[in-house]
Amino acid sequence: MSEASLLESEIVVTRRESAEGWLRDAIENFGQKGVNWSRKYSLFSYPFVTACCGMEFMSVSGPRYDIAQYGAEFPRFSPRQADLVWIVGTISQKQAPVLKRVWEQMCEPKWAIAFGACASTGGFYDNYTTVQGADMVIPIDVYIPGCPPRPEQVLDGLRLLQNKIKTESGRVMV
Amino acid sequence: MAQLVLDLLQKKFPDAVEEVSSAHGNETAYIKREAITDVALYLRDSEDLLFDMPIDCTALDWLNKKTPRFEVVYHLYSTTLKHRVRLKVRLDEADVEMASVTPVWPGMNWHERETWDMYGVVFKGHPNLKRVLLYEEFEGFPLRKDYPVEGRQPLIEMRPTVTVPTEKEITPEMLNRP
Repeated sequence: MSEASLLESEIVVTRRESAEGWLRDAIENFGQKGVNWSRKYSLFSYPFVTACCGMEFMSVSGPRYDIAQYGAEFPRFSPRQADLVWIVGTISQKQAPVLKRVWEQMCEPKWAIAFGACASTGGFYDNYTTVQGADMVIPIDVYIPGCPPRPEQVLDGLRLLQNKIKTESGRVMV
Repeated sequence: MAQLVLDLLQKKFPDAVEEVSSAHGNETAYIKREAITDVALYLRDSEDLLFDMPIDCTALDWLNKKTPRFEVVYHLYSTTLKHRVRLKVRLDEADVEMASVTPVWPGMNWHERETWDMYGVVFKGHPNLKRVLLYEEFEGFPLRKDYPVEGRQPLIEMRPTVTVPTEKEITPEMLNRP
């Protein structure tokens, strides 16, 4: 068997790759899972509130529905200290550059939730002034439907995002 | 009560008042474009009228329904005599401009800017006639009837949209539920 066909036929593992592979496996299996676990219960949120859904956001942040039980109760009113942006309300064409700038100021890793029908799709504002969903400006992880959504829906959306964070890989160092 | 206002207006300006109407307590007077400043000063300063509060200014677009095409509408209120009146000014499509009443009532400033912003009515003598709700880069006037319904003018480049799977195509894995 020639050397070239040997290389094609099976994967040759050297001692060095074996050692690095062990380290990589350890990071992926233990490090990544541990980091994901800690990230999903300490989301520092930045509420980008532009419209009436903000009332429901206040409700879900308050003691009655108690978003603190999921570890996301801490609003930071600077995007540079936040890693989750809640887009709460209609995004107008005039607001789109502001939202993009806020998103670009946030450090990795970062996530975004579209809160309500307007932030998800533009809602019923199909006209000259409204962006048809915040995902035309920034990438969105979880969409919460409703006009406005009930606090239970919001908590469900947060749990969906936490499940997504739990299964993420390759984001240990960033 | 406000019929008195219309009677006084017709008595004082028999030429400038084109037409008056009164329905369900809404007293309306159509004023000629050239006379709006005189009428406004009379309404504000006359002791029988004392219209000291500008409520609103907006416009109507009667595209393909009426000529002249535009009507500018003013709503006024008197806080001392407690009566209201509505003034309308007809404007032709070729020459959409009239004298501003902001020097008479400073509170009309933003209302007239909004009317310029949405309908493109030029108010001569306005101290700061520029867009108030939309952005400076916007072209055209969105509440005119000939503005396209989906005439969006984004300020930044939009991300490409993806097709959403239909209800039958969604699998439990896509929902990422535990």
